Amino acid sequence: MKRATLDALLADRAAKRSAVLVTNLKSGEEWLLHPDAGDAAPPGLEAEVAEALAHDASRTVETPDGAWFVQPFQTPVRLVVVGAVHIAQPLAEMAALAGLDVVVVDPRTSFASEARFPNVQLVTLWPDEALAQLAPDRRTAIVTLTHDPKLDDPALCAALRSECFYVGSLGSRKTHAARLGRLRKEGFSDEELARIRGPAGLSIGARTPAEIAISIAAQIVECLRAAPGKTGDAAAPA
Amino acid sequence: MPSPPTLGFETHDVLRQAAAWRDEKQGVALATVVETWGSSPRPMGSRLAVNEQGAFVGSVSGGCVEGAVVEEALGVIASGEPKMLEFGVTHEMAWEVGLACGGRVRIFVERVE
Repeated sequence: MKRATLDALLADRAAKRSAVLVTNLKSGEEWLLHPDAGDAAPPGLEAEVAEALAHDASRTVETPDGAWFVQPFQTPVRLVVVGAVHIAQPLAEMAALAGLDVVVVDPRTSFASEARFPNVQLVTLWPDEALAQLAPDRRTAIVTLTHDPKLDDPALCAALRSECFYVGSLGSRKTHAARLGRLRKEGFSDEELARIRGPAGLSIGARTPAEIAISIAAQIVECLRAAPGKTGDAAAPA
Repeated sequence: MPSPPTLGFETHDVLRQAAAWRDEKQGVALATVVETWGSSPRPMGSRLAVNEQGAFVGSVSGGCVEGAVVEEALGVIASGEPKMLEFGVTHEMAWEVGLACGGRVRIFVERVE
C-alpha cells in the first residue's frame, strides 16, 4: 500500500467520509474512491464497488487483469446515549472499543461533564433539539437511560420518526408500560412502538452499571448484525 | 470520540499503527484477508500490520496463522514484493500451521511504501 493511500484512508476516517479501496492483487495497483463525491471505479468494477459499499462487505473480483480486492471503509456506526447517568459511562467506553462513534446527550451539565466523560462527545441540549441536530440515520443506534419522561420521551419520539436501526429505553417493565401509554397518546401505533427495546439490553441478569452496559452493548451488536447490508463495518469486530 | 489509541481492535487502528511505524522509519507490511471459504474466524478485509522487528497489531485469524504471516511479512518488508498466502485446514494433532476450524483463507501481504 502506498503511504499516500494509507494517509488518505486515515483522513477519511477522521472526516467521517466513506471510501472504497480497490487493490489489484497481482500488480498492487491501488484506487481509493469516494463514491459520494462521484469518483469513478476502475473500468468494469463499477457495480462491484457500489455493491461492496451498499453491503459494507469486502469482495475479490476476478478480471482479465488479475484479481481485484474491493474493500469498503464505511463511516462508523453511531450510538446516541440519552442520559449522562452512571450506566452511560461504561456504555460509552465499551461502545467506543467496539468501534462505534458515541455521543452522550443530557441538558443537565452536572451529569454531562467532561470530568465524568473524558474524550466523549457531549451534547448538552434537550434531547429533541440534540437529535434534530444529530439527524439519526440507518447507521445510528439510540438508547435512553434517564428514566425521566421529560428527557426520555422526546428522544424516543425523535428516534421512532427516524430510520435508526436500534431504539432502546431503560426502565422496569412497569415504567416501560407507562412510557408506551404516553407515546401512544403522541400518536404512535403499536407497530411503531414495537421498535423500542424496553427494558433495554439482553436478559443476562445484569445488576451493576457496567453489567447493564454490557447487556445494552450486546443488544446493539445483535441488531446491527441482524440487518446485513444496512450497517456495520466488515472488519469491525474491527 | 477518538478511538482508543492503538489497541488494534479496529481496521483503522491497525492502519494508524502502520502509519506510526512508518513515521519512525520502520519497515512495515500489511496483511489482508482477501478470500475465505468455510468457517474462517475473521471476515474478508481483516488486517494485520507487522513492523520490521516482528511486532504486530490486528488479526487475520483467531491467532492460528498470525505467526506464519508475520514470518512471511518480514520477507515482504525486505523484498518489497507483494505475496499471496493460503492457509487451510490442519490435522488437529499435527504441528503445522493452519486453521483448526476447517476453514481456508487467502491473505495478501504487501509492503507499506
